[in-house]
Amino acid sequence: MAYVAIADRGQELDHPHSFVTKYIWSQDHKVIAIQYSITAIAVGLVALALSFAMRLQLAFPDTFSFIDPTAYYQSVTMHGMIMVIYLLTALFLGGFGNYLIPLQLGARDMVFPFMNMLSYWVYLLSVIVLLASFFTPGGPTGAGWTLYPPQAILPGTPGAEWGILMMLGSLALFIVAFTMGGLNYVTTVLQARTRGMTLMRMPLSVWGIFMATILGLLAFPALFVSAVMMLFDRLLGTSFFMPAVLSMGEQLETGGGSPVLFQHLFWFFGHPEVYIVALPAFGIVSDLLSVHARKNIFGYRMMVWAIVAIGALSFIVWAHHMYVSGMNPYFGFFFATTTLIIAVPTAIKVYNWVLTLWKGDIHLTVPMLFAIGFIFTFINGGLTGLFLGNVVVDLPLSDTYFVVAHFHLVMGVSPVLVVCGAIYHWYPKIAGRMLNDSLGKLHFWLTFIGTYAIYFPMYYLGILGLPRRYYSNGVTEFIPDSVNSVNVAITTAALFVGIAQLLFVLNLIISLRSGKKADGNPWRATTLEWQTPDTPPDHGNWGPELPTVYRWAYDFSVPGADKDFTPQNEPPAGQSA
Amino acid sequence: MNIFKVLGTKPWQQSGQVDNVPGGEVLVMPSARIGLWVFLAVVASLFGLFTSAYHMRAEYADWRQLDVPALLWLNTGVLVLTSVAFQWAWSASRQGKLAGVRDGLTVGGALTLAFLVLQLLAWRQMIDAGYFAYTNPANAFFYLLTGAHALHLLGGLWVWARTTARVWGGLDTENAEEVGRVRLRVELCTIYWHFLLLVWLVLFGLMLST
Repeated sequence: MAYVAIADRGQELDHPHSFVTKYIWSQDHKVIAIQYSITAIAVGLVALALSFAMRLQLAFPDTFSFIDPTAYYQSVTMHGMIMVIYLLTALFLGGFGNYLIPLQLGARDMVFPFMNMLSYWVYLLSVIVLLASFFTPGGPTGAGWTLYPPQAILPGTPGAEWGILMMLGSLALFIVAFTMGGLNYVTTVLQARTRGMTLMRMPLSVWGIFMATILGLLAFPALFVSAVMMLFDRLLGTSFFMPAVLSMGEQLETGGGSPVLFQHLFWFFGHPEVYIVALPAFGIVSDLLSVHARKNIFGYRMMVWAIVAIGALSFIVWAHHMYVSGMNPYFGFFFATTTLIIAVPTAIKVYNWVLTLWKGDIHLTVPMLFAIGFIFTFINGGLTGLFLGNVVVDLPLSDTYFVVAHFHLVMGVSPVLVVCGAIYHWYPKIAGRMLNDSLGKLHFWLTFIGTYAIYFPMYYLGILGLPRRYYSNGVTEFIPDSVNSVNVAITTAALFVGIAQLLFVLNLIISLRSGKKADGNPWRATTLEWQTPDTPPDHGNWGPELPTVYRWAYDFSVPGADKDFTPQNEPPAGQSA
Repeated sequence: MNIFKVLGTKPWQQSGQVDNVPGGEVLVMPSARIGLWVFLAVVASLFGLFTSAYHMRAEYADWRQLDVPALLWLNTGVLVLTSVAFQWAWSASRQGKLAGVRDGLTVGGALTLAFLVLQLLAWRQMIDAGYFAYTNPANAFFYLLTGAHALHLLGGLWVWARTTARVWGGLDTENAEEVGRVRLRVELCTIYWHFLLLVWLVLFGLMLST
């Protein structure tokens, strides 16, 4: 259904000449992808540093004078928001989406290149606004990444003067940027696939990114709506979300509003957001496992259906974040049911990844290590989701470290492992050189074991009842001294893992010049991006003629074939190109 | 195209077959039109969420029935006429009548501007009557919804301005490609304006009913 977009074919690509149009105001999807990725990773490193501040405070309370309660809550808030939105969403969709969609589908570029460029620049602006809030009077907002009213906009919360305004403004900008990018990704997948690339021949990476983009386009408006309404409450004194409040001994003029309304809007965005991050990771990891196990993905159709099913179900599970919000208990019953249902397609995917490995010719390359590490981490994080999805189990655990461990493993560490694996996998195509292997393996083991050392003990802390969000635990009867020892151990591990990421950054920079030269297809993969005439691919990707696709993306180790992979654009025997 | 049939294919059994060429299961549409429909889905989601927030907030005790200015009935009429004018431009473009496209677009744009001015007037009336945004959530929603709707019209006017300038500024009617491009733009503007009319009717109904 794609090939006919005649209007898009044969058009002259705008060929840039100067340095500025080639690398800065570029409309080339590959350059935009790299711009997105570098910005996202840079702001992610800021968020990583903020987590150090939190962990230092938790392990060594009252030791560091620069971490007062205000700084602590600001760190918590900015760490969460940056990691979820400005790092993971931007990196998976703006970074990998931009790079992979046209290359894996055999297109020359996105269908709206100018809008694509605009998308990056608005995203950069949103990052700048967000980071600028560090330098405003009162500093960034410390309302927690969920920004719950009324406290988010009341005096007494850190950053209630400027920080919250800049946060909401920055989110609105991000959503505008994402919408421009998202329109591109969806339209490109529907319109610009090359001859022979049917929907069911698309690599799962593209399926994951495609579905995640649809989720984003429909879910981000909820965040936009809640941000605008909160801005009204803050600036115009309306009472969308503001109940009658006694603040500092005074009755405020607002009243009658509903904080739960905000929570519904926020989580109507917030839960699909989990899958906006997870689905691209699911797709990419499927491709990594298949390539490095030299085996076709197990149950391709089932994998696609699972992606579609998860996408649809992700819109009706949001209130499982709100069991303790005081909403109608019957809601909880409904949402617990849907939450357990969404575990089914997710479990199908996990089984299929494991079955892809079964009897595969597994090459323990660095991308493969990260992919397998992802499966472990995702199972451990995901299974505890079954606990939290049930209302009665969630109630006592909801405000404890159990939840911190759960969501960090399932939507923090797991996607980051995929990001790392994916970068090790595609770096040779992007840079034309291999990343250093030994450094990569060291990076993997430090990260994989280190993140376990961080988050696994948190489950125990959570079952013990240790409350999350607290600046300091103080002296409480139910918190034994050993908790502090565990916190010290966790913080030590966190510092190790954080510093290990510098190895990765170092590897990325050093290999750019001195890495081993990569040929066009170092992993012997089947998908189209590895079959480009140039590496790194030139502007326009394919030279004079677009590739034609003859098969699906997973023809590995086909019996009777002369090599263990058959590229998608290789015609079957007896049929010439 | 049947989505279930597409999702039911078994790609591993079909090597060699090239099956998305014309005549097969093909979606013949210009990219810009698909882009617009996807964008309309986003806008629908946005206003849908505004609407559900409105419904949920209206449940609370402090909600007062909105005293809708009578002027909005006139404004609604103007917006309906705007859609009619765009429809006129669109059908003229399909029949290749350049004059009709010009007139339709110009009238449509002028009426849109008139609508926006009238909406501002309605705001003025609300303010004069003492209904400020903070007076009651219903009033806050009035400003929020009309404002969001007006901003979408303003965005549309940007595309409208470029298209209209093209039509007035000497369109080469012999150049089929250029004519096709303008025709597509007129079509997309028309769809967008119809959609915003629909959104307005829903919002207006909502404000009248609660």
